[in-house]
Amino acid sequence: MGYLDEVWDYARENHHEVWSGLREHVWLALLPVLIALVLALPLAWLIGRFGWLRQTILAVGSIVYTIPSLALFLLLSGIIGTGYLDPLNVVIALTLYSVALLVRTTADALASVDDSVLQAATAMGYRPARQWFTVQLPLALPVVFAGLRVATVANVSMVSIAALIGLGGLGELFTRGFRLGFYTPPIVIGLLLTVALALVADLLLVLLQRMLTPWSRVGVAR
Amino acid sequence: MSLDYLFDGAHWRWSDPDAFPARILEHLGYTALSLLIAVVIAIPVGLLIGHSGRGAFLAINLGNAGRALPTLGVVMLALAATGLGLRPVVIALVILAVPPLLTATYAGVRAVPREVVDAAAGVGMTPAQIALRVELPNALPVLLGGFRSAALQVISTATIAAYVGLGGLGRYLFDGIAQFDYPQVVAGAVVLAVLAVVVDLLLLAAQRLLVSPGVDGRAVRSRRRRTPMLSSDLSATLKG
Repeated sequence: MGYLDEVWDYARENHHEVWSGLREHVWLALLPVLIALVLALPLAWLIGRFGWLRQTILAVGSIVYTIPSLALFLLLSGIIGTGYLDPLNVVIALTLYSVALLVRTTADALASVDDSVLQAATAMGYRPARQWFTVQLPLALPVVFAGLRVATVANVSMVSIAALIGLGGLGELFTRGFRLGFYTPPIVIGLLLTVALALVADLLLVLLQRMLTPWSRVGVAR
Repeated sequence: MSLDYLFDGAHWRWSDPDAFPARILEHLGYTALSLLIAVVIAIPVGLLIGHSGRGAFLAINLGNAGRALPTLGVVMLALAATGLGLRPVVIALVILAVPPLLTATYAGVRAVPREVVDAAAGVGMTPAQIALRVELPNALPVLLGGFRSAALQVISTATIAAYVGLGGLGRYLFDGIAQFDYPQVVAGAVVLAVLAVVVDLLLLAAQRLLVSPGVDGRAVRSRRRRTPMLSSDLSATLKG
């Protein structure tokens, strides 16, 4: 029996664990990106409105981003009083990382929108709020999406780290392989599914971006 | 949150191999060794690919694939291939550090303005001189950004050494969890977090010393200090 058969057999015999690992992985990785986007948009608006906030917010973000994920999972459970095994620690930690990443991209994306476009919108009678939502934000979307894609792919690979403390979606397949004396089929399945999940999530974001920014597909007319 | 363990003087003795100073040195030792090997592999290859333009596909995709790979899985597979011990852990950490370094070196070299390279060739520099004396110094800001990113990821992931029976700061995390000793877990996490932040700040300071003021724009102080970061700059972003 070849090695691939062994991997396949393992997947078939343990499909319940693999499935539940995949499901857990999806929401542990993607929910933080959604929450982070909701938090990053107002923060990016604040940076655009009050320039002096930029350095402070970005400095705090980059320090948070520097903290190793395993340390942050465990510190959060101490700070908010949840147990080590509470998935909330992972969701909050990944949300913090994603916010740190998205605030920077979103603020820079909003700042890079051509001033003359905004002046034209003002001249056409767009009030600030409507202008921000219907002119500035849509034009910033391509760069915002670039940030979303990085955050999503990073989260998918980071969730597995949580398996070291007994909670990590597909990452648990890695620690299981380790406990079984370096039995590689679960490790290989975990690796393949994690990378596939990252690729699929990335692809979906690309498609969503194409749907939301139809004008960027039309050739640049000058 | 109890910080008793962290501030207990007995856990900060230099002579005790289980105390913080020894564990921090172990942790930094794994990190430094892995980064050194990764630098020796990635920077020459990145320079070569950037200089010649051949193999660009590899350099770009290695960086993207590296970001999607779950670090824990890579480590476990490396361990399964070579057995327990320091060597497989270092191999795994090198595998994690090479993609960001290689991609950043390549991207840095490619970003050197064409006319600068042409001018260097015009004044009679050999290809080796162009690579080492023109492209490398000009690529340094991007290259060192990749190095910081790699260093951060290696420091984070080096905790795995303790999971497979070696030392380093991961010891406090895994021993503390196994013994239900919460203050020990918190102490280990705090020390690890502070170590990562301090190393990152030191590398940032080193970057300012190493990069020529003419390259990163410090020599010409413009009124607008920062230009908006574009999506391409995110390629160096990695997290462990």
